[in-house]
Amino acid sequence: MSELIEFTAAEAAARVRARDIDAGELFEAYRERAAGDELNAFTWVAPESPTVTADGPLGGVPFAAKDLFCTEGIPSQAGSRILEGYRPPYTATVVRKLSDAGAPLLGKTNQDEFAMGSSTENSGFGPALNPWDRARVPGGSSGGSAAAVAAGLAPWAIGTDTGGSIRQPAALCGIVGMKPTYGACSRYGMIAFASSLDQAGPLTRDVTDAALLLSKMVGRDVLDSTSLEFPGEIALPRADDLKGIRLGVPEELTGAEGGVEPGVRKSFEQTLALAEQLGAKVEPCRLPHAPHALSAYYLIAPAEASANLARFDGVRYGLRVGGEAGLTEMYNRTRAQGFGAEVKRRIMLGTYALSSGYYDAYYGTAQKVRTKISDDFRAAFERFDFVVTPTSPWVAFELGAKTDDPLAMYLNDFCTVPMPLAGIPAISIPSGLSDGLPVGFQLAGPAFSEQRLLEAAFALEQSIGFDGSPARG
Amino acid sequence: MAEYEPVIGLEIHVQLQTRTKMFCGCELSFGDPPNTHTCPVCLGLPGALPVINEQAVRYATMIGLAFECEIARRSLFHRKNYFYPDSPKGYQISQYDEPICRGGRLDDVRIHRAHLEEDAAKLEHVSESGRIHGAERSVVDFNRCGTPLVEIVTEPDVRSPEHAREWLTLLRATLKALGVSDVDMSQGSLRVDANVSVRRVGTPELGVKTELKNMNSFRFLERGIKAEVERQVKLLKSDGAVELETLHFDPATGNLTPLRSKEEAHDYRYFPEPDLMPLEVSDDLFASARDALPELPAARADRFESELGLPAARARELAFRGELGDYFERVVAASSDGPTPSELANWIPQLVERIGSDADPASSRVSPESIATLAAMVHAREVSRDAAREVLTRLVSEGGDARAIIETEDLGALGDDGALGEIVDRALASDPSAAESVRVGNERALGPLVGYVMRETKGRADGGEVRRLILERLGAE
Repeated sequence: MSELIEFTAAEAAARVRARDIDAGELFEAYRERAAGDELNAFTWVAPESPTVTADGPLGGVPFAAKDLFCTEGIPSQAGSRILEGYRPPYTATVVRKLSDAGAPLLGKTNQDEFAMGSSTENSGFGPALNPWDRARVPGGSSGGSAAAVAAGLAPWAIGTDTGGSIRQPAALCGIVGMKPTYGACSRYGMIAFASSLDQAGPLTRDVTDAALLLSKMVGRDVLDSTSLEFPGEIALPRADDLKGIRLGVPEELTGAEGGVEPGVRKSFEQTLALAEQLGAKVEPCRLPHAPHALSAYYLIAPAEASANLARFDGVRYGLRVGGEAGLTEMYNRTRAQGFGAEVKRRIMLGTYALSSGYYDAYYGTAQKVRTKISDDFRAAFERFDFVVTPTSPWVAFELGAKTDDPLAMYLNDFCTVPMPLAGIPAISIPSGLSDGLPVGFQLAGPAFSEQRLLEAAFALEQSIGFDGSPARG
Repeated sequence: MAEYEPVIGLEIHVQLQTRTKMFCGCELSFGDPPNTHTCPVCLGLPGALPVINEQAVRYATMIGLAFECEIARRSLFHRKNYFYPDSPKGYQISQYDEPICRGGRLDDVRIHRAHLEEDAAKLEHVSESGRIHGAERSVVDFNRCGTPLVEIVTEPDVRSPEHAREWLTLLRATLKALGVSDVDMSQGSLRVDANVSVRRVGTPELGVKTELKNMNSFRFLERGIKAEVERQVKLLKSDGAVELETLHFDPATGNLTPLRSKEEAHDYRYFPEPDLMPLEVSDDLFASARDALPELPAARADRFESELGLPAARARELAFRGELGDYFERVVAASSDGPTPSELANWIPQLVERIGSDADPASSRVSPESIATLAAMVHAREVSRDAAREVLTRLVSEGGDARAIIETEDLGALGDDGALGEIVDRALASDPSAAESVRVGNERALGPLVGYVMRETKGRADGGEVRRLILERLGAE
């Protein structure tokens, strides 16, 4: 059984299609592991193996989905007590597309409540743990997905990234995570955090798996007006060098301001050296407005969230408290009890930022900064193929280490927030270990440069030779 | 009251009669069992996203073109945030500072803007009165939720309650002619709020306004505005001040009761709807909206006046109620030589008076051909005007053929010489002093003499002809 777990998802899919391994057995192997989850990575695990089609392009290899993807008849709680036990009547487009491509749903994974957080400690259902060190967080908000893939509890998983929620947990768990171009994947059925930033993407053991999974996620969806036709097919990457590739290293995100840890810096610099050996040209670049990205993000995202989360009012679904006490009281009690502290904080921030008299100063200014950040990237991509940074300034930190200091927690996203503000794709790959904990290396490219990003990440990955097996126990 | 004048602006919500809702594929319905036309989108389920209904955009464009608005080729949807059970998302998707239609006019009232939005769900309060106060519980029907709405906002150009009613009649006729809504106030597909203020005649500044909500017929609206104008004038005359507030008009009692004061108005925290791209009106969509425009009531009134020679007031009366205009045109088509269009048109109000002012003549028992026949017979003096009116009354209640009724009932006009002349002679003989008065030029004395003839002929005589005969006989022409 356990050798099944050692195949990457793409290998397993190929073997299933070759009738080398049985799709049902593969599902059951993972189902057992997921059911025995000690990391609190899962919030729901399939009770039995479904009938699996082995012939689809994804070869019957099961996937785990972040809790916030709506799955018909299956709990979809977005990590929130306010949606405890909520079973939607419909399935998210991305989940349906993967099922159609032959990947059955293995389980739903733990996350920060409504994707608000960088450690999964904000989950209403308890924190997920990092398989490299269970005293540490797996990152967030897609921490359950990252932990499950790193620990070999799921072959691969999907998550969502708003300000880094795929890339940062992927980095902290030593796996690959990719945030696609805004609009590449349908958001229909994703319980929204910040609509103009949210984007679904893969969390996988390696770059090849990311390419394979992403290839079946993208595409225009008539149910999501912000989704776009993906130009071309995503192919499995094959590049073995970086010849002719120009990498820009933005001072603003890699200098002292980001507070990058020495171990992380060291791994980052080693990776840059490797990239040069592979033929890349590495030079400093400027993203002058990037240091303001975090401020803009923490106005725009909470503003949108304050409206997106208004529907959780106790009227139609989810938690209702004080139904007998009158409408306003019912609203107050339901939301007071159903939402966690971080969610309340962001609803208040967002409500304030949109308030009459403050809108221009906060939301309006943040949108202007957002435009400047896009312009910065556009200018950078005239000279460089990709902008590279450490994914997270730190390796996985201990549970509770930052829960009392929201601003410190927000700094986690320092290097990952600018990309979703610009709507551009970015990938995080493991670049090595620092004190035994994984470090992530991030590459970001222009809109719809996914294929080129995957190729470059693949070439680097081959050269780095990261070994993730310790996390699978 | 003379030194104050009302200044009135109107806000009109029009439910569009598209097949499906504004942002989802649920069919529109009226009167179906509650919550049978819902889906994740219009129920505001987690993860659901809106998609703009193109037909609603086309209809909004048609409305804008009909009102001579500037159509924004790129406009924005915003979220209007408020908590209430009729708003499942906790916000309404509406247009804010970049609406699809801006500026424009309809007749003598300027249009400020018109924009697209979605309707709310319907709350039912379970209590005897059906009102929220004292209700045991409230339930929500989401069938209406997400119905496409166009909100039309006028400039404060309306100058009286009557003006409001007349203009709204034109507005309704225009929307109906466009075919974009069934504009039925009783079913809520047309809803009107009025912003009312008064000011001293000759001053340019606007007074403090109040908002009158949800008056469900033009008659109530007229009465409500009238009552509010009177209240404000009285208040100002007694050195009081009008307060900014929203009022509910109770047509039963004529009372205006405050709903909420604007001081405690919501901060709706509008911001651009991130789930939708900016709304683009493509060249194709614009062209299809323009090509779908029918002749509108204002243009029709002009045509009735210039081509058919109707007096302006009659032309508007008929054109501003599309069904009257349609019926009139059928009468004109059925009419051969003889009566002028103006003479034909005079019969329409006669008919309306008999079938009820809100009824459509096309669904009455009276065919346009009957009206044409009746008018032709009056024109040829084959039947008197009075007798013809009686025939019309008969047609309304029984239907049938005008000429047949006249013949079987022997209502045909008496000839100008023979029999009628004899009756005229008898009339002169019966009242010599009146006859004498007429002879010396006192035309008022004609009354009793004509009356005598009419009584004798049971109205079959033509009044004009009788006058002519009397004057002729008395040599007083």
